[in-house]
Parts: sequence; structure tokens; C-alpha cells
Amino acid sequence: MEKAKKKRFGIILTLLSMIFFFGSIALLAVFSANSQDTTDTLERVKNSHRMVWGVKADTKLFGLMNTKTGQIEGFDVDIAKAVTQQIADDLNITIDPVFTQVTSSTRIQLLKNGNIDAFAATATITPEREKIIDFSNSYFDAGQSLLVKKGSDIKSVADLNKKGKTVLGVVGSNSVVNIKKYAPKAKVLGLSDYAQAMTALRAGQGDALTTDNGILYGMATENKGYVVVGGTFTTEPYGLAFDNNQGPIVRAANKALKEITASGKYNKIVKKWFDGVPGINWEDLKR
Amino acid sequence: MIEILTKYFATFADGFLITLESSIIALIGSLVLGTLFAVLQLVPNKFVNRLAQAYVEIFRNIPLLVITLFFFAFVAPLVTHLGIAMDGFTAGTIGLTLYTSSFIAEVIRASINAIPKGQMEAGRTNGMTWWQTMRLIILPQAFKMSIPSLGNQFINLVKNSSVLAFVAGMDLMYQANNIAQSTFDSMGTYMVVALFYLVITLPLSYGMKYIEYRSNRGGNA
Repeated sequence: MEKAKKKRFGIILTLLSMIFFFGSIALLAVFSANSQDTTDTLERVKNSHRMVWGVKADTKLFGLMNTKTGQIEGFDVDIAKAVTQQIADDLNITIDPVFTQVTSSTRIQLLKNGNIDAFAATATITPEREKIIDFSNSYFDAGQSLLVKKGSDIKSVADLNKKGKTVLGVVGSNSVVNIKKYAPKAKVLGLSDYAQAMTALRAGQGDALTTDNGILYGMATENKGYVVVGGTFTTEPYGLAFDNNQGPIVRAANKALKEITASGKYNKIVKKWFDGVPGINWEDLKR
Repeated sequence: MIEILTKYFATFADGFLITLESSIIALIGSLVLGTLFAVLQLVPNKFVNRLAQAYVEIFRNIPLLVITLFFFAFVAPLVTHLGIAMDGFTAGTIGLTLYTSSFIAEVIRASINAIPKGQMEAGRTNGMTWWQTMRLIILPQAFKMSIPSLGNQFINLVKNSSVLAFVAGMDLMYQANNIAQSTFDSMGTYMVVALFYLVITLPLSYGMKYIEYRSNRGGNA
């Protein structure tokens, strides 16, 4: 009798916990589906007086964690600050920019979940990505280039287009997709981030590392014995990214970008980050 | 999700085959190495015991990712001088094999220890050597006993093979990251990947159950 009671209790407990488990998942799914449809990012920013930006923290020149201050600093960060300020001025309210660290693999989900309002994280505007999120107009035109060991026989992307050559990049990045077009005979390996890709290049796992020139110049200054070669062979327009169907804030950001370019603030930020970087003439980047 | 699956089916299939290949190599390799190190921990020689224990403790207590990166970033440049090309696939599969073998060694060692002492003594008094008794009497019983735990280890192994993605081993997870990053549809992509992993792990899971059932039909243990 005692045993049967215990058994029944166990079964009921199991059933209850299963109902609870699946119920909460279903609730969560419904809830998140709803929240994605209804929130307007611009409204949210206006009401909370803060705009949460996702930025990279591992990319020199664009978004890098300053280990002394704990702040993320870089071109992307300053552009985001300037755009936020400009949007706030246009609306005659105050908006504080807040910065959160993202990586290439987390940025979309964080945006979709509403953890961040937007990201400025060296994201190239592509038609494929436009289906999932909204991009502002380009705020920086990067171009893809190559980083090789000093004295390497690779001088340009054409030298890579041979059997037996291996190119390293970051998984899923636009530059990895591009290199397959420019050097179809080479083997392409995508590592998880730039630090990993650099480690692989040092370990001799590939002949060259490819990504956008700005990032490569940043890596070359930190890794003696490695140089950027071959100039740029693509144009990579970086865009500020917002969740899908967020017309109002995208228009506000585009307007703000235009205004900071007109006021000369844009050029000031370009000079701050790219003046004196070997291999880049910052005057070329002026708008 | 359906769109991702149909559009990138060839890519997923490539990754799937690599994952399967790596898993099969690592499964066989780790079973052999694991059994070897389980026995070496028990041979009547203190020095060999210690060596085998050191092996097990080192690989059991270091994250798989660290072992793999060690082979990918440190060992690879050393062996290129010898004319051996160690790519992400090789480094990952070696890491996976060594890591899993340390767990398998522990599973089999525990099973050997669970076999009554009298079995070894009976074998020895009948004139068999230590190795003969181990090979012909103890190990067959120990294997039978360790089937459920081995099943766990094998399933873990298949899932752990996603470590290849970190070193560009071209496996299922690597291709998934690629697709998720370029389409920005991570939800759909990873759901497809989950299904592909299930295609390997579910039959493995039921296969091990079947082997367990078959081996129990013979009686004892």
C-alpha cells in the first residue's frame, strides 16, 4: 500500500513537472513572438532615454576593450556615440549611449532578443543580411586585404589562387565568402575570431589571413613580423544594424549620419582613429 | 528553417560526413586506448600503473578545447618540419580521441575492479598467465558490464566532436557557424544542426541498448 502510494506520487510529480516544463517553453515562445512584433526601437529608446549599442571588444581600431579603464574604445564606439547624440539633439531629448560587448556570433541574437537596440560591430551590409535585420547607410567603407608573414611569397590575392594555398579568416565573415570568389583554388579556413585566426597564422596553418584592411592594419601593429599586402580587392560598406522593420530608428540614424558628416564631426573621429596608422592615409577616408 | 535546410543541404551533408568520420575514428581509437590504459593501471607493476594514471588524469582534467588547441597551434608547427600536415580535422580528432580515451579508461577500470577477485585467482591457479587471464576471462566480463557507461561516452564523443569547429575542422558545427553567420538566421540553422546530430546519436543510443540487451540474454553479469 505504502509503495503503491509512493509510486503514484512519483508519476504525478513527473507529469506535473513535464507539464510545467513544456508549458513554460510554449509561453516563452508566444511571449517572445509577441514582443518581437510590437516594440518599436525608437519608441523604446525615447522612453528609456538610453540606447544600448553592441560593439566589438576584440578588434583593434574599431572596438577594443581598454584593459586599464574597462571601457570599450574604437571607431565604431565613437560613431555610435556621435549618432546617439545627434538623434537625441534632433528629438530634443537626452539619450545616453550604453555599450555592450558583442561578437560576430552573438550580435544578431542579442539584437533579436532586444538586449541591445543596435550594433556597430564592423558588420558589412549585404542583401542576404538585409533580410534578417535593417542596416543604416554605410558609415565606413572598408576593403578586404591580406595579412602575411614578412617575406612571404604572397604579394596579392592572385598569388593565393593556387592549389595547396590556404587562407584564414573568421567563420561566416563576409571576407571569407568573398575570398572564395577571388581565389577559388585556395582552401579557406574560418576560425572563431580574429585572435584565433592570428594564432592559426602564427602556427603556420595558413598562408595568409584575410579580412577588412582596417582590422588587418590593427593586427599588423600588434604582431611584428606580419605585413598587409596586395591593397584592397573588395569594398565592404559597414552599416549600423537594427532589428528588422525598424523604419523610424533607421531613418533617424541615417539622418544623424548625414548631419555628423556635414558638421565635420565624422572627419574628426576618422582622424582620431586612423591618423598615423601605418598603411592607411586617413585623408582618403574623409567624407 | 526549411529554407535553410534545402538551400544549404550540400554544405550540411559535407559537415555531417566529416563529423561522422571524425566520430568513428575517435570512437575506435578511444576504445582501444581506453582499454589499454585501463589495463595498464592494473598490471602488477607500480611504475607502469603510475604512468597510466598520469595519462588518464591529464587528459581527463583538461578541457577538450585546450587539448585540441594545443595540437592545432603548438604541435602542428613542430611536426610540419617532419613533413606531417596537421590540419584542424587531425588536431580535433586527436584531441577527441585522447580526451574520450581517458574517460573510457576509467569506465573499464571500474568494471575490471568489479569482477570478483576469485576470477583472476582461479585463472592463475589453472596455469594461465596474468595477461591470459585478463584477456580471456576478466576483460570479456568487464566489457559486458561497462556497455551502458560506454554508450554514454560514445554519445558524448559525437557531441564533443563539435570541437572541430573551433579549429576549422569543416565539421557539422563549423558549417553551421558559417551558414548562421552569413545568413544571420542562427535559430533556423542550429535547429537543422540539432536534427543532423540526432541522426547520428539516436541510432547510436539505441544500438548500444540493443547490444546491452543481446549481451544480457546470455545470462550472468
